[in-house]
Amino acid sequence: MPDVQSTVLEFVNKLRKRKIEGSQATAKCTVELLRSVISQQRVPHSNQASALIDAVKAVGEQLVAANPVELAVGNVVRRVLHIIREEDLSLATAAMAGLDLLDASDDDGEDDNCKVVGYSAMSAAVAAAAARSTLRPPSLQTLLEGTPESAAVPYTSSSGADSESKSKSADKSSITRKLKHDVIEGVNHLILEISGCHEQIAEQAIEHIHQNEVILTLGSSRTVLEFLCAAKEKKRSFRVFVAEGAPRYQGHLLAKELVARGLQTTVITDSAVFAMISRVNMVIIGAHAVMANGGVIGPVGVNMAALAAKKHAVPFVVLAGSHKLCPLYPHNPEVLLNELRSPSELLDFGEVSDCLDFGAGSGSPLLQVVNPTFDYVPPSLVSLFITDTGGHNPSYMYRLIADYYSADDLVM
Amino acid sequence: MDPRRGPLAVPKVRRVGFFTSIEPSPETPRPNRSLSGPAEAITSSSPLSDSPSGQFISPVQIPPSRHHSDNLASRAAPVPVPGPSAFRRQLANDRTLHVGSYNPVDSLLGTSPPSSNGEVSEDSGSLFGFQRSDSAKLSASFPNGGFNMTVAVRAPRESEAKVAIASTSDGRKKNVEASGESESVSTKPRKEKETKSLKEKTSKAERRAIQEAQRAAKAAAKGEGSKRAGESSRPKPSKPAKQPQPKKEAPQVTSSVSEKRAVSVEKERRMDVPQTQMQYDDKSRVDKAKRRSVVEQTESKNKVELFLHLPQYERGNQLPNLSSNIFTLDTIHHAVYKVGLQHLAGDIAGDNARCIAMLHAFQEAINDYTTPPMKDLTMDLTAKINGYVSFLIECRPLSMSMGNAIRFLKNQIRKLPVDLSEPEAKASLCSEIGRFIDEKILLADKVIVQHAVTKIRDGEVLLAYGFSCVVEMILLYAHEIGRKFRVVIVDSRPNLEGQKLLRRLVTRGLDCTYTHINAVSYIMGEVTRVFLGASSIFSNGTLYSQVGTACVAMVANAFSVPVIVCCEAYKFHERVLLDSICSNELGDPDAIANVPLRNNKKHSKTMDNNKNLQFLNLMYDSTPAEYISMIVTDYGMIPPTSIPVIVREYRREDLLL
Repeated sequence: MPDVQSTVLEFVNKLRKRKIEGSQATAKCTVELLRSVISQQRVPHSNQASALIDAVKAVGEQLVAANPVELAVGNVVRRVLHIIREEDLSLATAAMAGLDLLDASDDDGEDDNCKVVGYSAMSAAVAAAAARSTLRPPSLQTLLEGTPESAAVPYTSSSGADSESKSKSADKSSITRKLKHDVIEGVNHLILEISGCHEQIAEQAIEHIHQNEVILTLGSSRTVLEFLCAAKEKKRSFRVFVAEGAPRYQGHLLAKELVARGLQTTVITDSAVFAMISRVNMVIIGAHAVMANGGVIGPVGVNMAALAAKKHAVPFVVLAGSHKLCPLYPHNPEVLLNELRSPSELLDFGEVSDCLDFGAGSGSPLLQVVNPTFDYVPPSLVSLFITDTGGHNPSYMYRLIADYYSADDLVM
Repeated sequence: MDPRRGPLAVPKVRRVGFFTSIEPSPETPRPNRSLSGPAEAITSSSPLSDSPSGQFISPVQIPPSRHHSDNLASRAAPVPVPGPSAFRRQLANDRTLHVGSYNPVDSLLGTSPPSSNGEVSEDSGSLFGFQRSDSAKLSASFPNGGFNMTVAVRAPRESEAKVAIASTSDGRKKNVEASGESESVSTKPRKEKETKSLKEKTSKAERRAIQEAQRAAKAAAKGEGSKRAGESSRPKPSKPAKQPQPKKEAPQVTSSVSEKRAVSVEKERRMDVPQTQMQYDDKSRVDKAKRRSVVEQTESKNKVELFLHLPQYERGNQLPNLSSNIFTLDTIHHAVYKVGLQHLAGDIAGDNARCIAMLHAFQEAINDYTTPPMKDLTMDLTAKINGYVSFLIECRPLSMSMGNAIRFLKNQIRKLPVDLSEPEAKASLCSEIGRFIDEKILLADKVIVQHAVTKIRDGEVLLAYGFSCVVEMILLYAHEIGRKFRVVIVDSRPNLEGQKLLRRLVTRGLDCTYTHINAVSYIMGEVTRVFLGASSIFSNGTLYSQVGTACVAMVANAFSVPVIVCCEAYKFHERVLLDSICSNELGDPDAIANVPLRNNKKHSKTMDNNKNLQFLNLMYDSTPAEYISMIVTDYGMIPPTSIPVIVREYRREDLLL
């Protein structure tokens, strides 16, 4: 435990100091940390799922508080919670199915399974179905199962996980180790998914980029890099304009990488985005986070590009791995989900210190320097999201997000 | 002419659109002519119908009446200039009276009716056409017919010029040619209308006619003045040097000469009309230009394909070579040379500064100029100026405003009276240049500041992009008069001109917020007004300005923040522009490549040689008119849709002819 505690603290410190950059790296670190938390968490015999959930939540709260702007942390924590809930449920249903029918089929047989169970062992099945309905998207099947579900409402509202674990505290010894094992399996799967999302997204490049295309991008995103290179590898020849992304000049890094991979790249200033957009066929950016309403938080300057693209009817495509999908709806994201960086990136203090009048007691400082990190693009400006599960409309994002998270975890 | 002329001469600025009553002098009831509402048209027609009448009852000289089916070629035929001296004298009297009522402020602003004499617009042309062809009829319909005659005095000259233009098929003379064509087209219907019912639709034509009449009066007066050069003093230099004939034309020309003259006038015109930007993907022309060029440019290795039509040269290597040449060159005057180098090195930035520097250099060059023996001052000086201009273009492509200024200068040269001695001509030109600087740039800025400051209220947050000296003046002035506001300065790489503005404002105690253009949508939420400078505004309302302006305007538009553009009217241009690609200027790509990145400094060095990597440093972009709420100019505050009106009504009179 102490060593987990110390790694958590270390990671929290890193997040606080913004040592880890990029949502993918953060997500990876977070999920690895959570894995170690889970593996070292001593599980009580009863209620092991809720114990795991509590442990993960406790760590997750620290992490989110360390960098509330890095939404990927919260996303990953929620994903892990979701995994725990799901594994617990599948174990519960499997156990129950084993009890009644000796049919230890894996949980993916779901609905028939559920029905059978529902008739035979009513109370447990109701609990299971209730828990399931909180996890699963409402399918036609679950909607039709109206009566048992309504009966189970009190259970769901209290806590699905608790009710189940209570209901089958009998055969814990066999399940105990299995749950943890399954959860860690699931988390490993998540790690793979996060690290592999580039390839998943890049595979779709060929469907979106045609010959002689002119593509504008800004910021430095590994996803975008892989996406473009994938198209390049498929023998498509196209040109890329990269906005340099002052004051961090991420665009230069991206341009360097692109050129190294043999793409025809032109670096432009950020101010030339509007001028060039009329000759651009597609704007492709990597998101920092995608909100549930389909809005995008991206590198600073993205909103400008999106507006210009809208004005010129240029498709504005956002690439986002699933770990960037945030189940929250933004409120005033330009300010609340933003981060102001050091003014020194814009203006050297020495350059203006001579003309600042420090002695005058007017109270307010005469000179402010604003250097935000992120920009919010409203969903109306986005043409398409490309995630590792395919292309989606902005209006569909909330639904996609519901697949990844359970409703209980939205507020942490 | 008559008492009514007095009030006519008074208004200081012919204002268009919304204006503030900051000028102490009350606007005279004279109708605003630029916004030709029907009511105004009617009122303005009334002074016309009688104002010339009192004056010109003297024997009416009617130019040979023509068929309205006159085509362009036949118009090239000579038209004898009527000019009985009695009539002239009367006109001269008229002029002196006019000069007496002349208000210096008028001339400074350059927009008062008295100085509106030099206008060549398609309308005046067409009107003129109709008057010539139908003057007999018209003079019958007008009891006095006087003003027709005064137009007739002017007729031959103008017709020749027009014909010269219209008959040429040179595509470069877009505007003038267009006017020539529209003349031929519009002559007929308008004439028919006129003859049918004069009270109905004549008002506009009549207004023009009155202008025409004034102009002719002045022309005649000056003609006389130049005739009697010995006794009478020269016309005030602060007026556009108005003069009946280009030098080689004697007042009485015979028909055989005039055709040749038309050709030569045409040639002159062609030289004068600003060249369209050279398209640098046109190999042969580039080669030709290179052979002539003074500045040795090496083409940059890594050209951006989209901008092959623009010059893309290596930077920084010409300067030492050029500055060593400064004493050996004889073709380029040293003052011009110096300005050219300053442009090349970027020491002078900002359109107004560049334009003023260029004009001062020309002044100096003209002062030092001596006409070579056996050569004509006008021709030779124009050629010289052309050489200077092409040198300046080699150093850095001209801005639109500089093009306008050069056009103005060449017109001044062409309008020089023949019989002016060389020192006199030079003095006149220099004073004209000085007047241009004073009233078109410096005074215009002051007027703009006066207008714009009325749009700043207490508690506002104003956004300024980059550096514009007009915007700076506005902000400082508003601060001076005690307005409480905050300024957001948005800056962009690579020039970071906003820092200059920031320094100046902060030093003066303004409350400033500084940010980069990327953050403009972050900061726009708190901004209440956007003030932008301009390099030029085209007649379709497109704002051509420092790159990034369009972004700022677009974001402001998205946030429903009004965008106010401050631009002197001399920067208006009759071209049209849709995008930022076709007409632009490329800056030094290395300025972009060199990034203050802390971790990888060698980035640009290693990547320089890669064929696949280019750096594009656009200097300008064009903002669509829909993003602009208002343009503050020296003629008032106008919507972008009024730009062509300003260009047509006010600019031709000073620049062309």
